Amino acid sequence: MSFALLTREQLARRAAREVKAGMYVNLGIGIPTLVANEVPVGMPVILQSENGILGMGPFPYEGEERADLINAGKQTVTLTPGASLFSSDASFAMIRGGHVDLTILGAMEVSEQGDLANWMIPGKMVKGMGGAMDLVAGSPNVVVVMQHCAPDGSPKVLKSCKLPLTGKRVVKRIITDRAVLEVRSEGLFVLEIVAGLSFEELQACTEAKLQKSPEGVCVLSVPL
Amino acid sequence: MREFNKRVDSALEALADVHDGATLMVGGFGLCGIPEHLIEALRVKGIKGLTCISNNAGIDDFGLGRLLQAGQVKKMVSSYVGENKTFERLFLEGKLEVELVPQGTLAERIRAGGAGIPAFYTPTGVGTPVAEGKETKIFDGREYVLERALKADFALVKALRGDTLGNLQYAFTAMNFNPAMATAARITIAEVEEIVAVGEMQAMHIHTPGIYVKRVVHGRTYEKRIEQRTVRTRPAAAVEGGAS
Repeated sequence: MSFALLTREQLARRAAREVKAGMYVNLGIGIPTLVANEVPVGMPVILQSENGILGMGPFPYEGEERADLINAGKQTVTLTPGASLFSSDASFAMIRGGHVDLTILGAMEVSEQGDLANWMIPGKMVKGMGGAMDLVAGSPNVVVVMQHCAPDGSPKVLKSCKLPLTGKRVVKRIITDRAVLEVRSEGLFVLEIVAGLSFEELQACTEAKLQKSPEGVCVLSVPL
Repeated sequence: MREFNKRVDSALEALADVHDGATLMVGGFGLCGIPEHLIEALRVKGIKGLTCISNNAGIDDFGLGRLLQAGQVKKMVSSYVGENKTFERLFLEGKLEVELVPQGTLAERIRAGGAGIPAFYTPTGVGTPVAEGKETKIFDGREYVLERALKADFALVKALRGDTLGNLQYAFTAMNFNPAMATAARITIAEVEEIVAVGEMQAMHIHTPGIYVKRVVHGRTYEKRIEQRTVRTRPAAAVEGGAS
């Protein structure tokens, strides 16, 4: 049977369902950044950016951008009404203190225990971890958005990560272009699978041992 | 008697006692809130062997990237250095030492340095290469790693506004690492876009109290480069005043 992998936009759209009204949320760089556009209009959500913003708004209108107001991806942004600004040490106290409800970020590898690797590949130029290690260590809810397999088809959801870690036992939920997985103390559970892909086929492209969610496995369906 | 007029006339004068091999904290996040004039003055001064504690390393031809290009930096302590080809070349050639520190740990190490806290336990980096060789301890069932405070000979910070007492106020996200760094060096030098008379800034609007700042220099013009200019198109109706 054939199946379609989720596109980047669909991944962002699915990840946006993890965002609930009233949450303070930090979004990482890449696909996670797109999640902001997929949160339903009018849903009260406040975005945190670790360089010192609570209440980050959309990109400015052309001509209104200012060098002194950027997000953690160094992009020019705006503030929402009621936003506040603070220093890096205050921002990470907020993050490490567990006050930011949800962190969504990308991954190179995740393990069935919720270990995350997303910052360095040995032998390649290391650019640095930025704020990722603090975010995953401090957030009560870490959601990872990633491709299920590497371009060569090798699995990225593993028994244990091969790359150096960003955080140990930190990931709660994994959203891939094939499935939604949840890390529980009893193992890695499948909540949703794209239509046309069987549980066995999903297991075949996953190194980690998968279990069917006792609540049932739903179809991972996201509008294009 | 203590000299309370901290204003100096130029960036070069402000850096008069910065020497080869000094450890500097340099404020900014990317190119946002960097002390442009003090960095340029360091380049002109030509001192070498610097250790720079700064979240990033600038870009090739701006910010700390200029000091890297000129071969003045011996070591960088940063959380992310990905925007800089010169950095990559120097590092691969073995001409530059690098200590990568998680951004929150970097900020807290600096804060601790200024606050008289020699070390602290943090959950950040447990089980990762960052924790290798460091003491760890379990508190309430969770593992934490011991991180040491950071101090510097000089901190170079950038503020929007300052007065001759050294009180500082920052603009938007140009605050970032500047306030913590201002507290953690033996000598803190601030450059400001606007210098005002004592009493002109409202006490409740001051972010960095003057006690931390030794010298203030007026930067006047700022280039303020933007790394990622991201904008959206204004809806046509808004441009035309709502007519449709």
